[in-house]
Amino acid sequence: MLWCRDAVFIQGGYTLSADLRIEAGKVTAVIGPSGAGKSTLLGGIAGFVAQQSGVLSWNGVDITALPPHKRPVSMLFQDNNLFPHLTVLQNVALALGSRLTPTRDVQNQAEDMLARVGLNDLATRKPAALSGGQQSRAALARALLQNREIMLMDEPFSALGPGMKAEMLDLSVELAKAAGRMVVMVTHDPADAARVADTVIGIVSGRAWAPIETTKFLNDPPAPFVDYLG
Amino acid sequence: MAQRVVAIIAALVVAGLVTGPVTAVVWRGGGFTALSAADLSALRFTVWQASWSALISVGLAVPVASALARRSFWGRSALISVMGAPFILPVIVAILGLLSVFGGNGFVNLVLEPLGVPKLDIYGAHGVILAHVFFNLPLAVRLILQGWLSIPSERFRVAASLNAPVFWLLEWPMLRRIAPGAFAVIFVICIGSFAVALTLGGGPRATTVELAIYQAFKFDFDLSKAASLAVVQLCLGLGAGLIALLLARGDMLGAGFDRVVQRWDGSKMLDATWIGLATLFLLAPLMAIFIAGLSGLADLQNGIWGAAMRSLLTSLGAVVLTMALALPLVTKAGEAASLLGLSVSGLVLGTGMFLIVQPYVRPSSVALPVTMMVNVLMALPFVLRILRPSVESARGDFGRLGRSLGLRGWALWRIVYLPRLRRPMGFAAGLTGALAMGDLGVITLFSRPGEGTLPMAMYQLMGAYQMEAAYGAALLLVGLSLGLFWAFDKGGRGHAVV
Repeated sequence: MLWCRDAVFIQGGYTLSADLRIEAGKVTAVIGPSGAGKSTLLGGIAGFVAQQSGVLSWNGVDITALPPHKRPVSMLFQDNNLFPHLTVLQNVALALGSRLTPTRDVQNQAEDMLARVGLNDLATRKPAALSGGQQSRAALARALLQNREIMLMDEPFSALGPGMKAEMLDLSVELAKAAGRMVVMVTHDPADAARVADTVIGIVSGRAWAPIETTKFLNDPPAPFVDYLG
Repeated sequence: MAQRVVAIIAALVVAGLVTGPVTAVVWRGGGFTALSAADLSALRFTVWQASWSALISVGLAVPVASALARRSFWGRSALISVMGAPFILPVIVAILGLLSVFGGNGFVNLVLEPLGVPKLDIYGAHGVILAHVFFNLPLAVRLILQGWLSIPSERFRVAASLNAPVFWLLEWPMLRRIAPGAFAVIFVICIGSFAVALTLGGGPRATTVELAIYQAFKFDFDLSKAASLAVVQLCLGLGAGLIALLLARGDMLGAGFDRVVQRWDGSKMLDATWIGLATLFLLAPLMAIFIAGLSGLADLQNGIWGAAMRSLLTSLGAVVLTMALALPLVTKAGEAASLLGLSVSGLVLGTGMFLIVQPYVRPSSVALPVTMMVNVLMALPFVLRILRPSVESARGDFGRLGRSLGLRGWALWRIVYLPRLRRPMGFAAGLTGALAMGDLGVITLFSRPGEGTLPMAMYQLMGAYQMEAAYGAALLLVGLSLGLFWAFDKGGRGHAVV
């Protein structure tokens, strides 16, 4: 269980308070108006955004002070998920160690993961030679291979067309669930939440609400979200 | 943490390399001597020639840039590229080229003499200014052209449809913004220029402070005088540098000149004349070197090839050392610190380093390493200016991804930053190599015949009136300088990463 206890995250003079728990293995969508602090919450969980007060814990272990790479978190960013000068295989293999020529074992695992996201033959290509959807798949493979219990998605598929976006969401959630991961994903589209999320965290005016079951949130939203959801 | 330590060490090395020699000069000089009348006149001449050089460069650049901004013609982009070349052109080569055009037996005098025009003498104050204009006119043109191209084309359309005076409405405000900065940058360059004054200046009426330092050290071995002059030069450089920093806008090395603004004003004939004259002024000396150099190449003695090899090794060493110091210093603070080296004259640094090593080794035996160090310090600010934007964009784009993958320290540099920096590093290494290759500064202080660099050997050939061989050496030097630049720049572009 991920527990933000009276947590306040601060980014560039903007603060976000969060007092909530997310259960392990659940898929949670983070919804709210632009600028409400969706990315700040993810950045706070990942360790990129400074935490001013409160405690962040994972399964009872305090992770508040840990640097990003020591947290049980892998992340798919909005863009720049792949190093453009490295091959797809090198990019994915970085999940298991800072080596550009991965060991045999790491290479096997990376290729295995690439096969699972449907990129068997593209391991030696550079990202620029891939389509947007294929790049997303490679980034997903890297995040999955990182083998961290929480996968954060900061709208990584927002540049894709609607069909491809839905396909990537399904694939990400399916593979993450199969690996027993918790998924926390930012979205500005309630349909995304309806499609894959078990629960929804609403964010409005600097405060993150505790997760509410998705159908309940969408059909009978708390007062501050009525206007936003329309 | 480790990265911080490396950065601090690099900063200390740079600070030590600058302050050590300056302290040595002041200390060994036993304090300062009062400035003599000759010193004061050197100070006056330095400021005077730099002011005129900058004024004429900017003044001539305005019509040339104006013409280039609104005319498109075959070879336009090549011409603008060539205008970037004087920055890496060895000074001594350009001077030889100017001599062959404007010198006593030069082309201009050969044409004008039968017409009864008095003979043009390139030695002296006006020769110094002529050479400085040759070097800085292209820079001024590029800076001002950038200003012109920064005016949105819609404004020209609006002005044309209103039949409004384009100059007063659009161009004068732009020039008022850009020209002072261009003037200041060129002023600084001319304040610190040494090789031009060494070859074309001299005497009571055309001696700069830099040249006076050289003479105090080389001919009188008067260290206290050299120290006093060094401080004068330091203040001059710092003062002018500060003014330039405040006034200068725009990116001296920037690209993006391929746009031509469509215009409905100006005379085609006049524009063509300005472009033609500027091209002739810039290319004629280079053509002269090329033509005379080809036949001179055959006359090159073995000594020249040795000098070329020494120069090549010195510049390659300078490239490696500059990069090693630059990478840890790619920060705002590092860039500011590196300006320290640029504000101190190369001759002062060289003199100081000479004094430091003098008790232990024969100074002429470290002439090359000292030349290399001085070139490293001179190149560092340019290199940092080139690298910093790329480091910052790499940090912005991939910093979080790197951190989430646990990439830190050397691994972060190896896997993320260095590959992203490849292109600007190639360009910066090329500039450093070319500048070091053509440098004729500190080496003049303590090089012995047969042990110097190629520019030094060429200078000696000119002094001995062996012009054929000097032309050959010039062609070799210019080839090596441009070749070094090309090779590094190309290396940075190879296997282009997206």
